[in-house]
Amino acid sequence: MVINLENIYKIYKMGDTEVHALDDVTLKIEEGEFVAIVGPSGSGKSTLMNILGCLDTPTSGKYEFEGRDVSKLNDNELAAIRNLRIGFVFQNFNLLPKLTALENVELPLMYAGKSTAFRINRAKEMLKAVGLSERLHHKPSELSGGQQQRVAIARALSADPPIILADEPTGNLDTRSGHEIMEILKALNKNGKTIILITHDLNIARQAQRNVHIRDGKIVKDEKVGS
Amino acid sequence: MDILQTLKLAFRGIIDNKLRSFLTMLGIIIGVTSVIALVSIGQGTTSKVTEQIQSMGSNLLTVNIMGRGANTTLSYDQAMEFSSSPYISGVAPIISENVTVKHGNKNSQVQLQGVNADLLTVRNYSMSEGRFFTPVDVSMRQKVAVLGSQIASDLFGFVDPVGQEIKIKGYNFKVIGILKTSSSMMGSTDEQVFIPITVAERILQTRGVRTIYIQAASKDAVSPAMSEISSKLDKIYRVNSEDENYAYRIFDQSAMLDTINETSKTLTMMLGGIAAISLLVGGIGIMNIMLVSVTERTREIGIRKALGARKRDVLNQFLIESLVLSSTGGIIGVAVGYFLSWGLGRVLNMSTKTTLPVVLIAFSFSLLVGVFFGIYPANKASNLKPIDALRYE
Ligand SMILES: Nc1ncnc2c1ncn2[C@@H]1O[C@H](COP(=O)(O)OP(=O)(O)OP(=O)(O)O)[C@@H](O)[C@H]1O
Ligand SMILES: [Mg+2]
Repeated sequence: MVINLENIYKIYKMGDTEVHALDDVTLKIEEGEFVAIVGPSGSGKSTLMNILGCLDTPTSGKYEFEGRDVSKLNDNELAAIRNLRIGFVFQNFNLLPKLTALENVELPLMYAGKSTAFRINRAKEMLKAVGLSERLHHKPSELSGGQQQRVAIARALSADPPIILADEPTGNLDTRSGHEIMEILKALNKNGKTIILITHDLNIARQAQRNVHIRDGKIVKDEKVGS
Repeated sequence: MDILQTLKLAFRGIIDNKLRSFLTMLGIIIGVTSVIALVSIGQGTTSKVTEQIQSMGSNLLTVNIMGRGANTTLSYDQAMEFSSSPYISGVAPIISENVTVKHGNKNSQVQLQGVNADLLTVRNYSMSEGRFFTPVDVSMRQKVAVLGSQIASDLFGFVDPVGQEIKIKGYNFKVIGILKTSSSMMGSTDEQVFIPITVAERILQTRGVRTIYIQAASKDAVSPAMSEISSKLDKIYRVNSEDENYAYRIFDQSAMLDTINETSKTLTMMLGGIAAISLLVGGIGIMNIMLVSVTERTREIGIRKALGARKRDVLNQFLIESLVLSSTGGIIGVAVGYFLSWGLGRVLNMSTKTTLPVVLIAFSFSLLVGVFFGIYPANKASNLKPIDALRYE
């Protein structure tokens, strides 16, 4: 089991009111699954993704990542997980604006301590895989939204992590670009990667193998779908 | 991430903000420059003063006789008795008076100095032409004269004075030599005329000396020589205690040298200290800019952390950026400071001396400032929680 969440709560205190962004979430995800987490805006999807990606800690509950209790890991171990085990694709791309596409894709490899030659080779390969061979030295501001999202995917893949966390990777894109991104994710899943996709779009969600519906921080439905 | 990569990153951060980086560095540049320039001036002055004092003669003691009652001078023979002491290597008593010296139709007001042969070594004078007196000149009362360089050219112009005659108080003197121009804290010889002391006694009709230059045999001999001189003079003038000694003064050149060295060292330290404060202010400038930079780049930090940057990587990135800022400023400051000291020496004729230790200290101080004032912002950056940094707008 790659991911094992048990009774996860995430509570934000705003003055005297409490927001239960996640309310007793229990979720297990196996290796090689393609899971879509679906829910309306404000239902807690991004909160869940941040916890899954070890970017945030739950208020209470137990999270085991690849069998290790995340609450017991130190900062360096968490950094290593984010670096080597998980690839992030953010809702808003989160590329570094001053770096070129190539340099952005190199980043995880840099923190993994790879040599310059290896990094450049690997980053080029990744950008080629997402169809951006012609845009290596463009800065994010010189790329279209779809191209930026593909750079973000190339970056998520560059350190070859077994798990991809993608938060609304198609949210900012037109249908055609969105379709391209989904094709890339499906291909990755075929190659054995575990994909966790967050979306509010049921048409997108349907292309995954399993849909987890979330509403007001609670899992309301967990179903196998489609192909 | 390796150090080379981090360095690259730091340089990039600095180049991305050229003007701001330069203004930040300016504080360090000014600090290092002023430390180096001011300390160079201080050290230059110290060594110049030392050199000047030493040029007056090594281990020099100056005895001034005020006398007691009617007994206001010391005879030449009494003065020469000091030379029997093992602690004393040279005794040069002086009789001096202002006279008019004539050559042809030119005449000049000069200070006439009746001296003996020892004077040349005791006062560390050197000849530019001819020779100085020999003991025989003194004992045989030869009417020979040695001229200061200014007097020589005043009286003779372009003619070679050696071998010519000058007239003092109606007597003819043959010029046998000319002193090299010299100026020290004890005045210049340039406008003085020297004759044998035995001759001076006669033509000035005085029998006593008021000033005696004495050279101690070595640095260690200075203080025994001094006590020997005072005990002798105490006897002559019947001085009972140090407190009521108005009869004579002994002036120790090495003691003065020590005092001056002490003082100028303190002064140099003070100058350096004041300049170091500006370095400190420069450091605060670095801290300020680094804090702004951390805030501005919060999202960048969040993204880097999400991609696997460890605390240490982020800490290094910002710390090295601060170090690169301060060391670049330090290097520029060293160059400017060195050039400024050199320029002050050349253009304003100030004596400056830039030594390696000062350069090293100023530069390492700038590095220290970089680390010290960089550590807080860098630490702040590395401790950001990834999620908070990512959410930052
Ligand atoms: N830092 C925070 N402080 C307080 N409340 C928060 C914070 N982050 C999220 N929330 C709240 O938690 C709930 C879940 O937010 P979340 O971002 O997970 O929603 P989402 O499902 O990703 O929505 P969207 O589809 O719009 O991205 C929301 O009600 C939101 O207001
Ligand atoms: Mg969201």
